[in-house]
Amino acid sequence: MHKMKKLLQSREASLLLVLVLLCLVIQMRNSSFLTANVINSILKNYSYTMTLSVGMLMVLLIGGIDISVGATLAFSGMTASLLMRSGILTNGFAVFAASTLIGTLCGLITGLVISKGKVIPIIATLGIRYIYRGMSYLISDFKSVNASSMLPDYKDFAQSSTLGINHLVWITLCVYAVFFVVLRWTRLGRRIYAVGSNPSAAVVSGIPADRIKIFVYTVMGSICGLCGSMYVSYYASAQNNMAMGIEMDVIASCVVGGVALSGGRGSIAGVLIGSVTIAVISKSLSLVGINPFWQQALKGAIILFAIVVNVIVQRNMDRRVLERREV
Amino acid sequence: MAAKSGRTIQFEKKTSLRSVLAMRETMLLLLFLAVNVMNISISPNYLNSYTLFTNINSFMVKGLIALPMAYILLLGEIDISVGSMVCLSATLLGVVYNATGSIGAAILAALAVGTLCGAFNGLVVTQFTELASMIVTLATMTLYRGISEMILGDKSTSGMRNVEWFANLYDGRVGHVPYLFLIFCVLAAGFGIVMHKTVFGRRMYAIGANRDSARYSGIQVQRIRMAVFTLTGLLSGLAGVFYCAWMGTVKNSIAEGYEMEAICMCVLGGISTDGGRGNFPGVLIAIFTMGLLRYGLGLININSEIINIIIGFLLVLVVMLPELKRMFKV
Amino acid sequence: MSEYVLELKGITKIFPGVRALDKVQFQLKPGEIHALMGENGAGKSTFIKVITGVHQAEEGEIFLDGRKVTFRSPLDAQKAGIAAIYQHATAYPHLTVAENIFMGHEKMRRGMIDWKAMNRASRELLDTLSAEFGPEDLMGSLSVAQQQMVEIAHALSVNARILIMDEPTAALTKAESEKLYEITERLRDNGVSVIFISHRFEDMYRLATRVTVFRDAHYIGTYDVDGISNGDLIKAMVGRDIQMLFPKPEVELGEEVLRVEKLSRTGYFENVSFSVRRGEILGLTGLVGARRTEVAETIFGIGKASHGAIYVEGKKVQIRNPADAMREGIGLLTEDRQKYGLILDWGIGRNITLPEIRKFTRNGLIREKEENRTAAQCAEDVDVKAVTVFDQAGSLSGGNQQKVVVAKALGSEMKVLILDEPTKGVDVGSKAAIYEIMGELAKKGYAIIMISSEMPEILGMCDRVAVMCDGRVTGELNREELDQEQILVLAMTRMKNAEKGGGGLA
Repeated sequence: MHKMKKLLQSREASLLLVLVLLCLVIQMRNSSFLTANVINSILKNYSYTMTLSVGMLMVLLIGGIDISVGATLAFSGMTASLLMRSGILTNGFAVFAASTLIGTLCGLITGLVISKGKVIPIIATLGIRYIYRGMSYLISDFKSVNASSMLPDYKDFAQSSTLGINHLVWITLCVYAVFFVVLRWTRLGRRIYAVGSNPSAAVVSGIPADRIKIFVYTVMGSICGLCGSMYVSYYASAQNNMAMGIEMDVIASCVVGGVALSGGRGSIAGVLIGSVTIAVISKSLSLVGINPFWQQALKGAIILFAIVVNVIVQRNMDRRVLERREV
Repeated sequence: MAAKSGRTIQFEKKTSLRSVLAMRETMLLLLFLAVNVMNISISPNYLNSYTLFTNINSFMVKGLIALPMAYILLLGEIDISVGSMVCLSATLLGVVYNATGSIGAAILAALAVGTLCGAFNGLVVTQFTELASMIVTLATMTLYRGISEMILGDKSTSGMRNVEWFANLYDGRVGHVPYLFLIFCVLAAGFGIVMHKTVFGRRMYAIGANRDSARYSGIQVQRIRMAVFTLTGLLSGLAGVFYCAWMGTVKNSIAEGYEMEAICMCVLGGISTDGGRGNFPGVLIAIFTMGLLRYGLGLININSEIINIIIGFLLVLVVMLPELKRMFKV
Repeated sequence: MSEYVLELKGITKIFPGVRALDKVQFQLKPGEIHALMGENGAGKSTFIKVITGVHQAEEGEIFLDGRKVTFRSPLDAQKAGIAAIYQHATAYPHLTVAENIFMGHEKMRRGMIDWKAMNRASRELLDTLSAEFGPEDLMGSLSVAQQQMVEIAHALSVNARILIMDEPTAALTKAESEKLYEITERLRDNGVSVIFISHRFEDMYRLATRVTVFRDAHYIGTYDVDGISNGDLIKAMVGRDIQMLFPKPEVELGEEVLRVEKLSRTGYFENVSFSVRRGEILGLTGLVGARRTEVAETIFGIGKASHGAIYVEGKKVQIRNPADAMREGIGLLTEDRQKYGLILDWGIGRNITLPEIRKFTRNGLIREKEENRTAAQCAEDVDVKAVTVFDQAGSLSGGNQQKVVVAKALGSEMKVLILDEPTKGVDVGSKAAIYEIMGELAKKGYAIIMISSEMPEILGMCDRVAVMCDGRVTGELNREELDQEQILVLAMTRMKNAEKGGGGLA
């Protein structure tokens, strides 16, 4: 009973309520919205953004930020595609693995620059963003890799499904599940929270903050790499400008999901709800007859609304605590 | 007062050669010179002032945004909505011009909407001080560009350059020197003086270095933040006007990524995104170093994306320098 | 088996520019409660951090059960059975109580955190401490007293043999303190050795059998609590007879300058009234957590009052921010100089001129030469030990930083100066200088409010003392009535619900 009450009062519950209301409104205007087909296509379309949000959650939890995710995604996706075209990678799985591996290395470099080079995350990733994106152009000689030079099983992967759920969505679900467990049930996961929650206390209790930072950025890189291969598989083409600016959608998903940019606060559940919300806003407004050219503005307005409401709710909670306090 | 020890405290500034050499600006200046030497050796025509200014003009529009961005970063804030503000004010300029036929009214509209957008950013970050300016401007970045998209759809608005004097804002020159370059110089001088020589500038430094201390010293922190965000809007509006004078046609995708370019210029110039640190001359040198580097490498047909790699490396290296020095005990 | 469970010899710790510990020694017997006393800045907190492995000493040796050890990180000390409760909460506010208790040694099962077991174990620990909150509550939602209990539970959970408590009673009410004493005694009876740092003599007499005194980074001596008089102990801590310290000049009091009437701020304090006259030094004292600082901040325009009024020279004033307050002639010197008083990476000159920088402008431009000359003059007036006005504020000692803050405040036309713990973390020499400056200011006609927890300076410097407890003024004493006992009684008088114990200690 107590637990139930706690669950209902949590930030995630109120977020979920907003999402449900949003879905209901859309459903009332267009009854085809809540059908397996539409939902599957929205999730498929946003699977990589949703997956990236998991990595970004961890980055934000330790009080960092990474605006190079789009570039890392493009570089690893492009490299893997080139390897596939040149015949080095011979099956779909290998493409995924190679892309993830390249992303991991990219992330490791980012992590080292930030933790050992002591560069503020936003500057480090701003610079790295230019580098990885440029390298993607460089290695591909400014050309894209077309569907014709891709392995059939790789292209099919994104278009087929198991148990009625698209493969890309499966990957997303798995990533969420894995990191749900990691963040909640492993020592490492709780250390990530601890480092962001109170960095100076982490020093006193002997938590290796630097190593955790490197780990988090490396994992962010791995996820970017994974998403790179998802992205290419989905579009069956690797463009150099792919996922340009996707970091903003990813950060927005986290923020709407209740993750604090100051570190220490945020949950997988919240990010899931947040990123689904962003996906629904981005993809389904056309279903209710809203002019597609209005969508971006609406999305901006909704993000702004969400964060402002969050502050107001928090202020009210703080005030109530103060009023209850005896003087 | 008190049992004085009769100690005297020096107040004359002594600048040694060593401290001048250790300055960030000196290093940047060397980089700037290196870029120029490289450019001269690439193309003997590089120093032809007419073509040189043609190219300088092309990065002046971004340079205009870098000026207030330096203030924003100095305060320890960030504004990633500048590109969208440029886009929205340019959109307004085109739309108002086509509706009224008056380019004057259109310019006013563009400046007004830029200022308004900046003021709105300022309003949100000062009223909800819990929110990081990064998130707020992330939202308004989407919002402002979205509004431009609402107005234009997938079409573009054009025709502004048919007004000769308006096109001349970008094309016109005094001798070989473009108006835009002159305007930039005047603005840059103004921004530099305000930052280094006035009360307002000193207070910005104080807020960036320690916002609480600044507040306890009687500085109206929120008023200054509001002013700087609004100023950023105004300058973005101005950049929008010059963009129109330059290109004469506006789509909803223009000026994308300008925010990162502007931030990059400032950081390369030595303004820390942590706030409170940096000098204005550094920013100016960085603007020209980056611009001319692009120009020079462009002369030998190096693609802009490849140039980005070099700029990215420079950015990370320059910021990492103190730590690298420490690591290798220079 | 050694006579001592923990022994430190010749420990020296140097921070850039400061010798925080100079060849200090310390011995802890098994199963004893050992008080560590000394003034602020004596080096106690640094000493603790050397024991717990947060800092590594430049010189000296540590012996555990007679065996020499070196702690390279806090984990080493934890493994050796040393746990500490720090003065500033080192908790993780976003995590649950159970996690805070088990941080670093989580209960695991098959490589996963065993939440059930961890919550159960936490529950048991909390029960032995009779805590009123649960293991799944968020740390950030607890009161300071409750957070302290969590830290004690943490120490229990690692089976610490040596427990260090740094000012644990500072923020507690009397009932909460009593509860803490009982817990501490129970731990001792179970064989834990406790190092107890406190300013309160009450704590020492109640708990400790032996006391070690540090002063100015030096070891002074170790005494049996029963064998040393109060006066001797103070002498050991301060280094000289306290009477000499306070050069309080006799000043003719002028008219009333500041009056505060029924000032309240929801959740912080209620119906606070007092006034101060020209040339008067009003003491504002009470235990830590009595909300004196919050009152001062509200007068200064930080945080909004929910009720009440402020009068300056008889005129009601509206103060919405520090700029307003300064315009009315109210200055505040904050307790936390490094965070609120100074910009540490600026030179002292720029710090001093910051509030009145406008004075040095002509045609809108700052004339730096004149600015620096004036700043140097101001700094010399209060005898800051610096070479140039460009010396970084952060490089100065605590006492000199405080002098810079004073110089900064004196640059403006002020009528009322509020000094919040002006001698906290200041060495004895600078202390005397700061008292002297205060006296001079009173003579010049400033009205001064001094917030302080240190009894000697309250008794020595004030014309009048207002005592606060839990957000209310519980009494006011004139110079003739000033008496340590009386102040302590008032500082512990809760106006209502006297023994309910607002925090988590039932």
